[in-house]
Amino acid sequence: MRTFGVAEFLFILDAARWTLALSLVAFIGGSVIGLAIALGRVSRRAWIRTAVAAFIAVFQGTPLLLQLFIAFFGAPLIGLSVDPWVAASVALSLNSAAFLGEIWRGCIEAVPRGQWEAAHALNLTSWSRMRHVVLPQAFKIAVPPTVGYLVQIIKGTSLAAIIGFTEITRAGQIINNATFQPLMVFTTVAALYFLICWPLSLAAGRLEQRRSLL
Amino acid sequence: MNYEFDFGLVLSHWRVFVWGTWTTIKMTLIAAVSGLCVAVVCAWVKTSGPRWSCWIVNAYIELIRNTPFLVQLFFFFFALPAVGLRWSPFVAALVAMIVNLGAYATEIIRAGIQSIPRGQIEAGKALNLKPWQIFRYIVIGPALRTIFPALTSQLTLLMLSSSVVSAISADDLTSVASNLQSQTFRSFEIYLCVAAIYLALAIGMNGLFKLVRRRFLDYPQQGVT
Repeated sequence: MRTFGVAEFLFILDAARWTLALSLVAFIGGSVIGLAIALGRVSRRAWIRTAVAAFIAVFQGTPLLLQLFIAFFGAPLIGLSVDPWVAASVALSLNSAAFLGEIWRGCIEAVPRGQWEAAHALNLTSWSRMRHVVLPQAFKIAVPPTVGYLVQIIKGTSLAAIIGFTEITRAGQIINNATFQPLMVFTTVAALYFLICWPLSLAAGRLEQRRSLL
Repeated sequence: MNYEFDFGLVLSHWRVFVWGTWTTIKMTLIAAVSGLCVAVVCAWVKTSGPRWSCWIVNAYIELIRNTPFLVQLFFFFFALPAVGLRWSPFVAALVAMIVNLGAYATEIIRAGIQSIPRGQIEAGKALNLKPWQIFRYIVIGPALRTIFPALTSQLTLLMLSSSVVSAISADDLTSVASNLQSQTFRSFEIYLCVAAIYLALAIGMNGLFKLVRRRFLDYPQQGVT
């Protein structure tokens, strides 16, 4: 039987890059779709608003784990190979999109009404009003909560362990099965997550504070 | 794509799903009540306890909020038995849920307490009310009204995240679904139905909270006039 030593620690540490990679993919995917969601929520067309609201209700109203399972077991049905990477990326992106979209909608709506009206008075098209007037201001408001949400994404990637994606948590399980030193192993795993997430939480708090002072 | 969907199988096992749903509801209820108790105590410590106890509560909150629920669950289920604390998956899952909710709800409740104007608390002191009387008659009502939306969405999140405890087979809805799927290999249909059940639970909870707010928290207060 192995004992928990430097090699085991490095194995878990090495898996941290997969946690970070998956988080990055989910954040990028979630941002792209999430921006569309946010814009759809403030759309003038009622059917777009309804469709987007339904998307959000479904992804915020079901557990992330089930979304992962459905992506993982559903992929073969449409002819894709069962790959934890793909399933986890798709599920986490869509889930993040629902949450980021809702956060960003709030930011877009927080841009003072006068700005929208001014853009309208200048005869800007609705596209350039969004692009040049509303979104740049909404972006500033959105930075703190978005950094805060990054922590949620990183923690969410731990669920990919359940469908067999080897990131920190799964690496911990593997080492635990080999060493039977759960206290050591899971303390290490938790500490790694903490080291990744805590600075982000602090930064989000700082940014929030600085914004509220303005 | 020539996959034959078979939802009949899900229907024929409806008892299993009802049982799993009931377990999930039960766990959520117990964890919600106990977790909120933990949170109220921690929020009280944070707002009016001594310095050193503040630090402990802060450390607890930061630790829980910056690590995944799944890892906390593994810690309680695998790591603590190694130092002599043995419990069943169900109890370990409950403890993890309570500890997790406690940390998130503490911050929410603290925000609620701090939303009460100082003058009202001082007025209570001037009327010679004891601290718990001030809490009971002055603070809790308006504070609850302020934090109700945040608190209830946290409780819905608790219900949804309870699916994670299937990782240690705690008999909840997702666990029974996983068992059934390993016997029948109809994973997609089963998980789709289970997701629908969770969605229905989440919508039901939201509806219930809306009713509660309308009945007990909206101005003008009913039953007082």
